[in-house]
Amino acid sequence: MDLWNTVLPYILSGISVGGQYALIAVGYTMVYGILRLINFAHGDVFMVAGLMMVYFAASMPLYAAIPLMILLTVLLGFTIERVAYKPLRTAPRMSVMISAIGVSYLLQNLALYVTGGLNKNYPEIPWISDKITVLGATTARVTVITPFLTVALVFALVYLINHTKIGMAMRAVSKDFETAQLMGIRINSVISATFVIGTFLAAVGSLLFFSNYPGIVPTSGAMPGLKAFVAAVFGGIGSIPGAVVGAFIIGISESLIKGLDTILITQGAIAEQMDFSTFSDAVTFVLLIVILVFKPTGLFGEKTTDKV
Amino acid sequence: MKKALAWILALTMVLALAACGGSGGSGSGGGDVVKIGVFEPQSGDNGAGGKQEILGMQYANTVTPTVDIGGKTYKVELVYADNASSNDKAPTAAQTLISSGVSVVLGSYGSGVSIAAGDTFKAAGVPAIGVTCTNPQVTSGCDVYFRICFLDPFQGTVLANYAKNELGATKAYCLSKQGDDYSGGLVNYFVEAFGKDNCVQETFPEGTSDYSTYITNAQNQGCNVFFSPVSTEAAAQIIAKANAQSLGMPILAGDTWDSNVILEAAKGSDLKICVTTFYQEGADAGFDAGIKKWINEDATAKANNGGNDELAAVTAMGYDAYFVALEALKAAGSTDPAAVLKALPGVNYTGVTGAIAFDSIGDAKRDSAFVKECNTQTGIWDFVTVATVG
Amino acid sequence: MLDKQAEKRKNLISLAAVLAFLALVLVLDQVIKPTGKLYMLLTVLQKGSVYALAAVSMNLLNGFTGLFSLGHAGFMLIGAYTYAIFSIPSDARDSVYQYFDAAVRVSLPETLGNALGGFGTALGVLLAVLLAGLVAAAFAYLIGLPVLRLKSDYLAIATLGFAEIIRAIFQWKKLGPVTNGSNLLKNFARCSTFKLELGSVTLSLSTFVPVLIATVCITLIVLLVNSTYGRAFKAIRDDEVAAEAMGINLAKHKMLAFCTSCFFAGVSGATMAMVLSIAQANNFKSAMTYEILLMVVLGGIGSISGSVIGAMLFISASEWWLRGLDSGSFLGINAPTVFRNGFRLVVFSVIIMIVVLFFRKGIMGDRELPEVLGGLFRRKEKKAKEAADHE
Repeated sequence: MDLWNTVLPYILSGISVGGQYALIAVGYTMVYGILRLINFAHGDVFMVAGLMMVYFAASMPLYAAIPLMILLTVLLGFTIERVAYKPLRTAPRMSVMISAIGVSYLLQNLALYVTGGLNKNYPEIPWISDKITVLGATTARVTVITPFLTVALVFALVYLINHTKIGMAMRAVSKDFETAQLMGIRINSVISATFVIGTFLAAVGSLLFFSNYPGIVPTSGAMPGLKAFVAAVFGGIGSIPGAVVGAFIIGISESLIKGLDTILITQGAIAEQMDFSTFSDAVTFVLLIVILVFKPTGLFGEKTTDKV
Repeated sequence: MKKALAWILALTMVLALAACGGSGGSGSGGGDVVKIGVFEPQSGDNGAGGKQEILGMQYANTVTPTVDIGGKTYKVELVYADNASSNDKAPTAAQTLISSGVSVVLGSYGSGVSIAAGDTFKAAGVPAIGVTCTNPQVTSGCDVYFRICFLDPFQGTVLANYAKNELGATKAYCLSKQGDDYSGGLVNYFVEAFGKDNCVQETFPEGTSDYSTYITNAQNQGCNVFFSPVSTEAAAQIIAKANAQSLGMPILAGDTWDSNVILEAAKGSDLKICVTTFYQEGADAGFDAGIKKWINEDATAKANNGGNDELAAVTAMGYDAYFVALEALKAAGSTDPAAVLKALPGVNYTGVTGAIAFDSIGDAKRDSAFVKECNTQTGIWDFVTVATVG
Repeated sequence: MLDKQAEKRKNLISLAAVLAFLALVLVLDQVIKPTGKLYMLLTVLQKGSVYALAAVSMNLLNGFTGLFSLGHAGFMLIGAYTYAIFSIPSDARDSVYQYFDAAVRVSLPETLGNALGGFGTALGVLLAVLLAGLVAAAFAYLIGLPVLRLKSDYLAIATLGFAEIIRAIFQWKKLGPVTNGSNLLKNFARCSTFKLELGSVTLSLSTFVPVLIATVCITLIVLLVNSTYGRAFKAIRDDEVAAEAMGINLAKHKMLAFCTSCFFAGVSGATMAMVLSIAQANNFKSAMTYEILLMVVLGGIGSISGSVIGAMLFISASEWWLRGLDSGSFLGINAPTVFRNGFRLVVFSVIIMIVVLFFRKGIMGDRELPEVLGGLFRRKEKKAKEAADHE
């Protein structure tokens, strides 16, 4: 088999994974851009969205379950900000981050309690779960539509940020928190709006992600969340296109490293297995450290200077 | 501020005392009670399997709630501790059982937690009966650990022979979970029997959600059997991906896959899935009917069994383990763990999964396994053959 | 002059209290049997001392130097593995490395034990623990070179990343002959095997040893914090730019704090291996780092005794006191539908959120236990005096 045909399936699945990371990464990057907070709970909100869908789909038709799930997830994101982050606005940054870790711990434990520690199977959503054949490879339709949907959503978001009043306010707040406040921007509503948008995307992301990988456990959100955050840092935190590009790069490298053994063996480069797939999670962090060391602001990040 | 802190401190103190008092009080309530510890995962990767194993014990407890020890009738109380499928939570979970005064412990589903807790049981001299932990390390070097199931070297060989002779496989793709003693051990013995050069071995880290690349790997390397004896959580996802990507080779797995989780995941697909297991539904009609009735009447039990009454082999094993424990208690003539430990090696019991007797290491003498195939149309297991190692 | 004397007296009292505590633990170790109800107390003490040391070493970095690092689990992993690998006795090694051909064939406790008897075994364990710390510190040095230049959140996420990378490397099959791949290591010198034979009497040391190790290490950290280095760390935490202007070498001091903290993290990892009697890379996930961080926050960032109290409370609550919440009845209330598996952790995380949001300073704030107790004493004396004055 020639190299291209061997590698293609891995790249395709990487793009699909990357698209899902991108939707989560946007939430991270927006929150960080405004609050300078790594919202560790974001990945868990994503997991909770998945669980809600499991329970709703069991008791109502899909056309009701999906909007309800998205609505409640957005409400959850909004509430978390109001309860756990807003009171700490004047506290040191470390305290807010610890609060975020606390929320993440709470959400995971709540999920453990509600599910009784059992794996939950995501409901099958007709049409997007169907089997199709693309470029000679068989896969589920959701795998193919994810990247397109992601890109479309992100374009809409970029339009929102660049061409609406709330978008302008967001940009102002992320540039300079205090000055924006002095200019009469209602900081709290801007921050809430950020969380609402971020969790909305996470809810959509969870719909795509769990349709593709249908098992949910309480820790399901942790790793995708962390990887999405790394994607945000990789692309330059605060930059939405950066987060998306970063997410695709991370998705593809993760998929490639899982298949690296097979690619090298079928190409005759190595005779024996090297077990590179052990590093499927670690490769994300290697990328992170490389970028932090050589270009700490990420691919598209702006340079900031320390204020004394 | 200070006042509030003082309040918190005071509150925790009260909680502590109350908790101590509470646990002290509950044990001494009326009549003679013998406690059997249930050391099983109720959450984490093996939570589903652990719960199914517990079902067997609970059902056995409703069938035979008392036992005569030394001429006195004791009520049997099951004491639970969740080892959370995690090797670092296992020793404390085991200690909780020991401290609550159990005479003997049953469990666990999954080998790693049993290996990890072996030392704790050993230090306290409390005997443990492994139910479906198949890794050889559970009993070797731990003289308080016994088990009623077959071992990985046996199961791995059976599976490898089946793949070679019945499925006609020449190259096997083996997938196990990193740090999981069950799947790692089984793959290792499978590879030994199948031939190392004809196997592609890969592992996935905990928390993996994307299994599609592993399916692609197996296809690209030209394998013709897919061996993945992993937890049912991962299994459901592997099956979903294998179906979506038209795997094109039979899937082979060990006893963990003998579960309705697999049946549900595979139903309606065009996959061929074969497993080796301990028990074939229908082998004991009385037991089957009884436990199904019980599961259907108890909502919690039904939920823990995955929402239907399809029996898992581990449930039957849990059922047998309970009676082995009762036999040991009867033979010991005392509820003292030390006496039970002494009596255990001599226990002979014929349960629904066959005759159970222990060898010198504490392993069950078992020389046959059932091979079953998933019927993807009807969603039940079809019996294939009884396999032994010649 | 007077101050110095008072200081000396205070130190003596602290020392006496610590020694009395150690003696108490040694006695409890003999009195409580593994099948006894109260044995959970010892389990909590064992596990609690591991986490106390881990929390204090994290506090040294996060609380005293202001470097927010989330890589603790990775360094504990290195410590646990180093200790385990170098203390597996030779006759158990082949059964532990069941799928590999073991590369390291030295067991420090065994070799020294054969040469020097019982004392040698103890020395071997001690050496293995020290080695665990040193290897962790060496890794910390290498990681610190690129990472310590980063600022707050970036440092946190980079150290978190390194911990994950370390975990993957230790699970790599190609390193199997050293690390046993992703399989667990066991049968090394561990708590349940620690005994002291004095003639015909055998003393169990299974709780005493981890408590002793933690106590000694925490004392060392206290000494470090009170030294000139400690003052430099605090200066860096309070204002980096100002500290540099005062002539503190930022890079050097940050590296020193990082390596020291990781040394003790390695030691706590080794102690954890002793307590759990197994070592496996899979257990050292980032969730462990978060838990340690929550202990530090619970106790108060910047207070060493706070971290110890936080860790002990955390472990006792989650492993012991709140267990009833999982098994149907708690505080005499019987409600199996509410109190089922997992409820303990929900209650526990709510408590933690309350502390994080409303008691931001934690239990101790940035004060230490002697200070707080001294304050209580003085207030009582003052009240008594006032009462006397009134009469």
